[in-house]
Amino acid sequence: MAQHPTGDLRRTPLHALHVELGARMVGFAGWDMPIQFAGILAEHAHVRGAGEGPCGAGLFDVSHMGQIRLSGEGADAALEALVPADISGLKDGRTRYTQFTTESGGIIDDLMVTRLGEDLVLVVNAARFDVDLAHLKGRLPGAVRIEVLDSLALLALQGPSAAEVLARHAGGVEGLSFMQTAEMDIAGVSARVSRSGYTGEDGFEFAVPADEAEGIARLLLAEPEAAPIGLGARDSLRMEAGLCLYGQDIDETTSPVEAGLAWSIQKRRRAEGGFPGADRILRELEQGTARTRVGLRPDGRAIARTGTPVLAEEERIGAVTSGGFGPSVGGPIAIAYVPPAHAAAGTAVSLDLRGRAEPARVVGLPFVPHRYHR
Amino acid sequence: MAATIRYTEDHEWVRVDGDIATVGITAHAQEQLGDIVFIELPDVGRTFAQKDEAGVIESVKAASELYAPVSGEIVETNAAIVDDPALVNRDPMGEGWFVKIRLSDAGELDGLMDEAAYAAHAG
Repeated sequence: MAQHPTGDLRRTPLHALHVELGARMVGFAGWDMPIQFAGILAEHAHVRGAGEGPCGAGLFDVSHMGQIRLSGEGADAALEALVPADISGLKDGRTRYTQFTTESGGIIDDLMVTRLGEDLVLVVNAARFDVDLAHLKGRLPGAVRIEVLDSLALLALQGPSAAEVLARHAGGVEGLSFMQTAEMDIAGVSARVSRSGYTGEDGFEFAVPADEAEGIARLLLAEPEAAPIGLGARDSLRMEAGLCLYGQDIDETTSPVEAGLAWSIQKRRRAEGGFPGADRILRELEQGTARTRVGLRPDGRAIARTGTPVLAEEERIGAVTSGGFGPSVGGPIAIAYVPPAHAAAGTAVSLDLRGRAEPARVVGLPFVPHRYHR
Repeated sequence: MAATIRYTEDHEWVRVDGDIATVGITAHAQEQLGDIVFIELPDVGRTFAQKDEAGVIESVKAASELYAPVSGEIVETNAAIVDDPALVNRDPMGEGWFVKIRLSDAGELDGLMDEAAYAAHAG
């Protein structure tokens, strides 16, 4: 029950609002962030549209994430040398999920890339921002300008009511489809709005000037369906959606193919290669991997957290990388890596919980179906 | 000594009636843990030494242990909190009790905190 020290942590433009709203604050990736407001279960239900009373639009502060703009001739081709996604073929106003890969095919970070006119906007994990920035500076040619967008806050509004709520202040957002991005006004403030998120629900992520962020947050929170959501529910929502958390489910030892992210490697890149770790990644696409990321549902109610060994016939075959209680599932859920022979849905395994083998079944991801607006 | 309440540094409470100690976690503890979603209690008849791990408490955020605040034998456990762990969040000092222990050494109670000392400890 130790509290993280919050003395030397960075603060987002919404920090004072979080404190005013009664958030419990914790240190996260060097930032002082809200872990919960009303409570994790209530906040989770709110975002899924399953709360008591009006709900379905959860407001998240994700200003701790890194925002980087790449500009200059050939920025797209240059970025392709660092990621396995097709960036040259990314259309204006479209967003793609990809990874910075290592020479040995591991993952330095996962990120979103958006093309806006001649520029590319990258959103990266807070915990990897310094590593990512050094990587970009070391690897991109001098003609590509790298600008850190640290004067922008980043907010997300997620849930089945998000579009209706945001449209009251930003006409036109309802016209965006999943993974589409546009520059538009929210309540008269210029914003970069993407229809995307980290919850499995429909929703938006939007960058606004730091000094306008609190005003926009207050405006949205005044809507009856809206409520502030902390990092606790952000984690349970993304786990149920089967989404990876960097540092737990993916890292420099896991490849995108092992992690089940092959869908993010488009056809042309598979044919041409030309990204770090292509040897391993292209080989794995063809021949398979020694382990793969799966979902697990324990039969009982005990919770398997990160690091819990996964067993088959008393042999250790893998480990849980993210685990917890799935509020919408109504029981424990876990994400783990296991060999392909044990990866089929329905396969019986067990989890070594405090020395006891607790039975569990392999299930397909996500645990809760995505409800993106395609 | 009727219904004396004592507290541990691990944020448990102990209500003593005769030689039976009812044990739970404090309001401060449940508040810090957040939504409790899983509880594992020891079998009736097991004996524990003071500070032994006697149970598991899992919240949405974290796993935590219930330590035996006093030595003795488990004489009763609260099945209601196993079925509905949120009961501990709702009523930690009452309906959300965990176990009843028959004290093997009543002298251990002297080493626990009274309400004023615990209030200072929990800050």
